[in-house]
Amino acid sequence: MFTSSRSMFRLGAIAFAAACALGSLSAQATDITGAGSSFVYPVISKWSAAYAEKTGNRVNYQSIGSGGGIAQIKAGTVDFGASDMPLDETTLGQFGLAQFPDVIGGIVPAFNVTGVAPGKLVLDGKTLAGIFLGTVSKWNDPAIAALNPGVKLPDAKITVVHRSDGSGTTFNFSDYLSKVDATWKTKVGEGTAVNWPTGIGGKGNEGVSAYIRQIPNSIGYVEYAYALKNNIGYAVMKNAAGKVVKPNTASFQAAAATADWASAKDFNLLMTNAPGAEAWPITATSWVIVYKQPKNAANGKVILDFFKWSYANGQDAARSLDYVPLPANLVSQIESYWTTEIK
Amino acid sequence: MPSTPITNLATDAEQRSRRDARHDAWFRTLLKCCALLVLATLLGAALSTLWGGREVLFKDGFHFLTSDSWNPVTDDYGALAPIFGTLVTSLIALVLAVPVSFGIALFLTEIAPNWLRGPVATAIELLASIPSIIYGMWGLFVFVPFMASIEPALSDTLGKLPLVGNLFQGPPMGLGLLTAGIVLAVMILPFICSVMREVFQTVPTRLKESSYALGSTTWEVVWDIVLPYTRSAVIGGIFLGLGRALGETMAVTFVLGNAYDLSGSLLMPGTSISSSIANEFNEAVGTHRSALIALGFLLFVVTFIVLLIARLMLRRLSRKEGN
Repeated sequence: MFTSSRSMFRLGAIAFAAACALGSLSAQATDITGAGSSFVYPVISKWSAAYAEKTGNRVNYQSIGSGGGIAQIKAGTVDFGASDMPLDETTLGQFGLAQFPDVIGGIVPAFNVTGVAPGKLVLDGKTLAGIFLGTVSKWNDPAIAALNPGVKLPDAKITVVHRSDGSGTTFNFSDYLSKVDATWKTKVGEGTAVNWPTGIGGKGNEGVSAYIRQIPNSIGYVEYAYALKNNIGYAVMKNAAGKVVKPNTASFQAAAATADWASAKDFNLLMTNAPGAEAWPITATSWVIVYKQPKNAANGKVILDFFKWSYANGQDAARSLDYVPLPANLVSQIESYWTTEIK
Repeated sequence: MPSTPITNLATDAEQRSRRDARHDAWFRTLLKCCALLVLATLLGAALSTLWGGREVLFKDGFHFLTSDSWNPVTDDYGALAPIFGTLVTSLIALVLAVPVSFGIALFLTEIAPNWLRGPVATAIELLASIPSIIYGMWGLFVFVPFMASIEPALSDTLGKLPLVGNLFQGPPMGLGLLTAGIVLAVMILPFICSVMREVFQTVPTRLKESSYALGSTTWEVVWDIVLPYTRSAVIGGIFLGLGRALGETMAVTFVLGNAYDLSGSLLMPGTSISSSIANEFNEAVGTHRSALIALGFLLFVVTFIVLLIARLMLRRLSRKEGN
């Protein structure tokens, strides 16, 4: 009877207030709480451990999904939210929120085709969209063959694998396809979950990669960090500048550096299909969402201090988890955004 | 001592019976509360899912029930594909699990030597306690590749039959409605089997022995004596298993393929109500969330209808018996 989301939040708020009260009695250090995107969870927990050692302030982050993170920060039950999709200006204004990127990751098309070695398959946005629309249905389709001269492609049907759970990875991937292909944009569009025209759904990166491994002639998309750790063959992409690039730290940073942040208010911009010559086309970030005027000013300061510390000192931790730290020019833009927007 | 015993005894007895009556009343109230709590929980869960799904249920109404599209981008939702997937996988599970459970229970109560009964019965109960995520992992990493290897053969043999041929046509991916149904069958088998074994043991020995004495075979004893004697409990056990199959989430999510398709083939991927909810709830906001909660309500309705059918079946059977 009491499961409507609002009363859940109220319950959460009470529990949280109680926890805060207890916490402030026992320790002088500030405890801040965050919730949201599971994509950033590994790196935030690593950062927060190092940051707690340094300053004594603890950052508790719950990986409950971007949708949950947005809902919680709107309800004011956490100090910051993290989301794989940016909020628009109206929503930010309505709730008095500000947002900024925290870390970069890449998404790679992963495939399993007999006779084609990992990294040897070249795709471009249009072809990828065709494959996921079902219009490019065989591996020896002229569109794929034209991009891969010299590669022996089998005359086999393509099995498409996508995420079955709502996810920021899907959001960025479908956003990329929408940017490069008009048919995709009108027929499918972009979202954390979309109406897939074809294929099967795997739960999480692990589900998708398990299907790709098991099903011959399949293709899907996974987070780069995941593909790297689990040795999944991925394709290289022809980017917006027409250059074939490999997914790696340099190409993700190139995407972040060349994306047009300056003209995007509140960093409301997806880095997919970035214009740089070396930019990986399906690069993603996630956003930290905070109150412009936090109810607890001390906590608000600690959050910014935490991210400032992470941008400066957390780069190795991020790299060790195969995330990519933000490039310096973006960090300086974020810090000037803090001084103008957040009180 | 000699002066008052009788009156004392009388008041003692009176007090005692009054106290007993009071305790009885308390106990009755307590029991009533326990029973009402179940009803209240059920009603509360049903109403809150109805309330949570009101946006989709009342706005789209029949469209939600009859449409097979599921598009979170345009907020256009239809529950047909998940309902279809739920019913088909559960049906496959029942068709496979019921005869096998019946065979196991029969073997354990009528045929197996005594030293074998205990260990096998324990093994079956252990099977029931395996968490569903383990079945899911096993399904994904072991059973799906196996199914992928035999599906071409299925398509070539069963797929060539008239009428049912189309059910077994499709790309050999290993996942899909059939695989999910078989994994579900393994999961619900111990439930059905345990119930059947328990109730088969309650059949009075003299009934069975009389029948044997009249020259019946074991099969005749089971079919004509044991089964009619335990029929309603057996059907109850089957529906216990069906209830679990309808609501099973994790294992199905791993092997069903999670595609919102209405497909005529059992080898094609599908989706089920509970796996859709488990997949998408985390990142769903607004209408999308409402649609998922509405799906939860529909699972209530589907389960209720299935149980209702079971009740009607039982009543019909007992009436037939009466005539």
